[in-house]
Amino acid sequence: MATLDEKQNEIIEEFELFDDWMDKYNYLIELSKDLPEMDPKNKNDKNLIEGCQSKVWLHAEMKDGKLVFEADSDAIITKGIIALLVDVLSGRTPQEIVDADLYFIDKIGLKENLSPTRSNGLVAMMNKIKAYALAYSSKQ
Amino acid sequence: MSTTNYNINKIRADFPILSREVYEKPLIYFDNAATTQKPRQVIDRVHRVYSLENSNIHRGVHYLSNQLTEAHEKARETIQKFINASHSHEIIFTGGTTDSINLVTFTFGEKFVKEGDEIIISEMEHHANIVPWQMLCERKKAKLRIIPMNEKGELLIEEYKKLLSDKTRLISVNQVSNTLGTINDIRQIIKIAHQRDIPVLIDGAQSIQHTKVDVQELDCDFFAFSGHKIYGPTGIGVLYGKEKWLNEMPPFRTGGEMIQNVSFEKTTFNELPFKFEAGTPNYTGAVGLEEAIKYISDIGLEHIEAHEKELLRYANQKFEKIEGFKTYGTASDKISVISFLLEGIHHYDIGMVLDKMGIAIRTGHHCTEPAIKHFNIDGTARASFALYNTKEEIDKMYDALLKVQEMFG
Repeated sequence: MATLDEKQNEIIEEFELFDDWMDKYNYLIELSKDLPEMDPKNKNDKNLIEGCQSKVWLHAEMKDGKLVFEADSDAIITKGIIALLVDVLSGRTPQEIVDADLYFIDKIGLKENLSPTRSNGLVAMMNKIKAYALAYSSKQ
Repeated sequence: MSTTNYNINKIRADFPILSREVYEKPLIYFDNAATTQKPRQVIDRVHRVYSLENSNIHRGVHYLSNQLTEAHEKARETIQKFINASHSHEIIFTGGTTDSINLVTFTFGEKFVKEGDEIIISEMEHHANIVPWQMLCERKKAKLRIIPMNEKGELLIEEYKKLLSDKTRLISVNQVSNTLGTINDIRQIIKIAHQRDIPVLIDGAQSIQHTKVDVQELDCDFFAFSGHKIYGPTGIGVLYGKEKWLNEMPPFRTGGEMIQNVSFEKTTFNELPFKFEAGTPNYTGAVGLEEAIKYISDIGLEHIEAHEKELLRYANQKFEKIEGFKTYGTASDKISVISFLLEGIHHYDIGMVLDKMGIAIRTGHHCTEPAIKHFNIDGTARASFALYNTKEEIDKMYDALLKVQEMFG
């Protein structure tokens, strides 16, 4: 498995192919379709992060010392960004996630989507991911 | 309706922001229900205060203070005339509509609302006209009653009549819905309330910039609006109140400016309007707002209204051609707001793509969750037009919506 940073660099390279926003968004729409569907029993109110703009569901599970994430959103572009985040972060050790510097979001021009002023659920989702990772890393 | 003689190019040239680009595309600003852009005249006026006139008002012996005090009070008179209030001291400067409504809940509400009493609002209110009343009702153990609306987004007057009782202390409704665009028949609402001597507050945040408001003719007891939605500065708003109510209401915020005499034993309060204006007033906002009112008065509100109605008509007939386009809020009397969804597409996705095409709209529940829930949806995309918008811009939005459908379809 590629390291977290290798994965980030891969994504950055892919996004370099696009020179306009519509291409980027079209790519995110494609990614949203590839995001594995959440287990319906995990897509519950407990896992719902209600943003003002879009809803996000996040389920985290510890498997063989690694945190595995399942996530979804009702908005497609948000879901595409989730697909990227899950791709980078799922299946990592809690410590890797705690230490992660997610520079790719900025590099591919999607930083605004992870700004606290955008009430799309993504910031809350990232905070939750970090909180899970912290909780598990301190247990180890 | 004719919009000839309406010099749109000259008007657009007055708004510096309209010539900027976003993402290397010309800005199309359709988020006017959230806030309006400022004409050069307003920007220059605010600039002039800070450059040449700044001084604290109402307390100076010196030249600048006197001059700006006069300008500030003249702004109050301009606003008085604009909404045709009987007295300039019925115009209270506030921070905005939200602030104005909070003022009434904490003054009128504290004095006149008792346990078991009722306040009536409507299903289509902005959160700013829900939450302050909800909090008041909690403090007083009073009850909030809601006027329901129909599927078009029109208030049900017969239901409203049934809500009225001897327990009703006040009715607070918007003249125009920020989400649905509905123009409510507030004349009738006020008339019915007054038959029982119940006062009415009108939230005018979405009406004052679109249509002529005459508070004496409406006979409303309170009228609230914001400067920034009528092409004026942010942070300034107005509460109009009938003198008889304002005199009976206790002060809200306390401090300097609003007092007559202060000793450690007792403080006596200043007369209207200063009783409600504690601390250094937002004089920059006040004179900026005056300039905005002059600006739209020069164009003529009736011309603005005709222009915006034509934009609404044009946009409606254009957007209706799009398959799967659904408008929320189809009242027979509407201002230039279109809340909509495209079938199968999330409103946030619509907004995100339009944004990258240089088109600014708003998405979400627009701070009217109950109104949105009425339609069993999570939110809408909303385009709201102002005096400087054009049919060409609507054409571009139409093309953009087709593009959205192509992407998400």
